[in-house]
Amino acid sequence: MRALKWFLTTLVVLFIVAPLVVVAVVSINENRYMDFPPQGFSLHWYAQLWNDIGWRDAIVTSLIIATASAALAVAVATPMAYVLRAYDIRLAPVLYSLGILPFMLPPVISALGALVFWNATGHSGRIENIVVSHAIFFSTLPLITVSLAMETMDPSLPEAAQTLGAGPRTTFRTITLPLLVPSMITGYAAAFVLSLNEYIIAFMVSRFAVVTLPIKIVNDLRYGFTPTIAAVAVVFIAIATTTFTLFALFGNLLRFLGADPAILERER
Amino acid sequence: MSTLREPTRGTRLVLAFPVGMLAVFFLVPFAIMLATSFYHRIEGGFYTPAFELDSWRRLLQPVFIERTLFSIGICLLAGAVCIAVAFPFTYFLTRMRRRPHVTLLVLILSALALSEVIVGFAWSVLLGRAAGLSNVLVWLGLMGEPRAYQPSFLAVLVGLCYIAFPYCVLTLYPQLTRLDPELTEAAQTMGASPWKTFWTVVVPIGRPIILAGFLLAFVFTLGSYLIPAFLGRPEHWTLSVFISDQATFNANVPFAAAMALFLTALSLGVVGLVTWIEGRTRR
Repeated sequence: MRALKWFLTTLVVLFIVAPLVVVAVVSINENRYMDFPPQGFSLHWYAQLWNDIGWRDAIVTSLIIATASAALAVAVATPMAYVLRAYDIRLAPVLYSLGILPFMLPPVISALGALVFWNATGHSGRIENIVVSHAIFFSTLPLITVSLAMETMDPSLPEAAQTLGAGPRTTFRTITLPLLVPSMITGYAAAFVLSLNEYIIAFMVSRFAVVTLPIKIVNDLRYGFTPTIAAVAVVFIAIATTTFTLFALFGNLLRFLGADPAILERER
Repeated sequence: MSTLREPTRGTRLVLAFPVGMLAVFFLVPFAIMLATSFYHRIEGGFYTPAFELDSWRRLLQPVFIERTLFSIGICLLAGAVCIAVAFPFTYFLTRMRRRPHVTLLVLILSALALSEVIVGFAWSVLLGRAAGLSNVLVWLGLMGEPRAYQPSFLAVLVGLCYIAFPYCVLTLYPQLTRLDPELTEAAQTMGASPWKTFWTVVVPIGRPIILAGFLLAFVFTLGSYLIPAFLGRPEHWTLSVFISDQATFNANVPFAAAMALFLTALSLGVVGLVTWIEGRTRR
């Protein structure tokens, strides 16, 4: 059993890490082809990400979309999570399912829905369309994080505020909202990262008029490989790993993933 | 919060914004998609309002049925492989000491956050002829000539497993951390080997979450677009690729809409099954 445990863990780690290592190796190759073993060492392809106008535009577009759509996603999810968890709403389960649904279904469905919707409005191929469609698709994430925070919140805190004479509005502003901020940030970060990485919805909504980073990568791959693509991939991998490492160091990662509270008391 | 307050007019006003947004930008597109599936397609990429069953009738054609069966088959297979590895892996993970436990979770989460674009690209390099697995083997002298392992069925399967595996681990994780250690300890005190304990205690307790995780992985891989498009030939395309291809390059939006609604029904059916399983186990 012990042997199996080590074998399986090693296998999983190798499986997850192997493609990433290969991409990292390719990204530092000196000439513009894939070579193995790599020929020379060069960070030229990383500089290209910012120096090449096409890549820079794609990065900026993706960052704008991710920043705005994650903010809109949190703005949609927070009032919904708050009201559904604090008030006695008859349709609460239905409304909560409606909020979870976009993310549960295969993304191609939301993508096609967004395509016909923006076509029908006659306002197609705009960056703001992608922002809105991403916000709706990813609002599920802050909805889940904020709802969890509402469920685990100590009910005596808002009650104490009300006993001391605060109205519902003051209680929300001074007690509930500050307690929800960490879960809003987590939800924002999750929506941000996934929006930055999302391809199919952005592609169908963009109608070839807006180029996000994933769209740019796919377009470039159609014409063949460049090491710049590998460099982008490495940057993405680094961003994801750094985010979660910081989260593990400073936030409560295990709790966020739904671990049993008992396991948290285990020795370090 | 334990006590739910009575909603006031203000509460409903606050709720109106998110519900309105979801209605306008999620439910309305669905309604338009439903209407579009009955529209008349004009050669060359446009469609006009009409009431035709042509697109729905095409769902009965062999091409579509073959795609559907292929998609269901490969995604079930990917889900099965993932859960078979993820269940013991997650079980071991929850019993590790803090440091390896957190490190592995960070690794799993990082893999989950990766774009399908990057996963597809990375695997196409790893399974390719220029700087991949075969080149390492040639370099080590274990193989004569480098060769490409993609595009192929196996490459698509491996890619689908790569994106679904972290997802599987995270769906199993909360339940497996709650597995009472006394149960396995009791089995071992009574003389069962760790191997026997795993099969006779852990697996039977975990059966509902194994099933739920498997079905969720199935729906998740069904939604993958870039993996089959990157790592497979057209005969390895799943419904997601087929739908996008019809909507964009073939410019047959009504047919794509009918297929998307079919895929919605299929996914909702599976998700409904998962909810039912979870409801039953919680009691």
